[in-house]
Amino acid sequence: MNIQNAKTQGPAPTPAPSPTPIAGKPGSPSTRTKKEQLRDHTKNLAFWTFLWVLTTAIVAFGPVFIWGGRPSGTWITVAAVVLNFSVGLMMISSNARHLRLQDELMQKVQLQAMAVTLGLSLVAGITFSLLDSTNLIRQDAEISVLVVFMAVTYMVSLGLNFRRYR
Amino acid sequence: MKNQVREFRNQMNWTQSDLAERLDVSRQTIHAIEREKYDPSLPLAFRIARLFGVSVEEVFQEEGADENDSAGTVTGGK
Repeated sequence: MNIQNAKTQGPAPTPAPSPTPIAGKPGSPSTRTKKEQLRDHTKNLAFWTFLWVLTTAIVAFGPVFIWGGRPSGTWITVAAVVLNFSVGLMMISSNARHLRLQDELMQKVQLQAMAVTLGLSLVAGITFSLLDSTNLIRQDAEISVLVVFMAVTYMVSLGLNFRRYR
Repeated sequence: MKNQVREFRNQMNWTQSDLAERLDVSRQTIHAIEREKYDPSLPLAFRIARLFGVSVEEVFQEEGADENDSAGTVTGGK
């Protein structure tokens, strides 16, 4: 991008309209403000997250408590796993859309928190696994411990980033 | 980067929320820009300048740059 002496452009005569609805046909979803779209997408993200947790619970407990012992049990489990994975993909897609709708500072805050979470989880996860494989700890390196670690790291990092820009 | 966002906003008698609404960003973003804790992207900087009806250099100045530099040619590339 080349900017040749932006000052020569002079003052722009038309101030931006307020508030700024997204252009589109009246009544269409694109006429809603970004704030309204963000609110709707937050509900959408909450819905997919809830569904993912529900399907995860079904896969975890279903084979024992719901369809355990049935001849077709294996196929039901496979179907439940496929459903859980598909819902997980929808949750990721919804999260990406939710992130894109945020303004640039909020995106920066979230992405920085995600970067810290990814890095720390990788390093801590491998260390935890090594501690298990070398028998330096008694317990097994369960994935659930890593998930909890990621959640806590993300929340702390998010809080610190919000404070930095406050 | 230094900026005069707060000064221009006060001239217009707008609150941070008013400006945020007009720019379609959060109030926290305006607050962070005004406190010079966050430098906005180039598109947002131009939108802010356009909203105030001034050039982008009148709102944002590179820290440490002399007046000749800030009024001169800026060349960049992707």
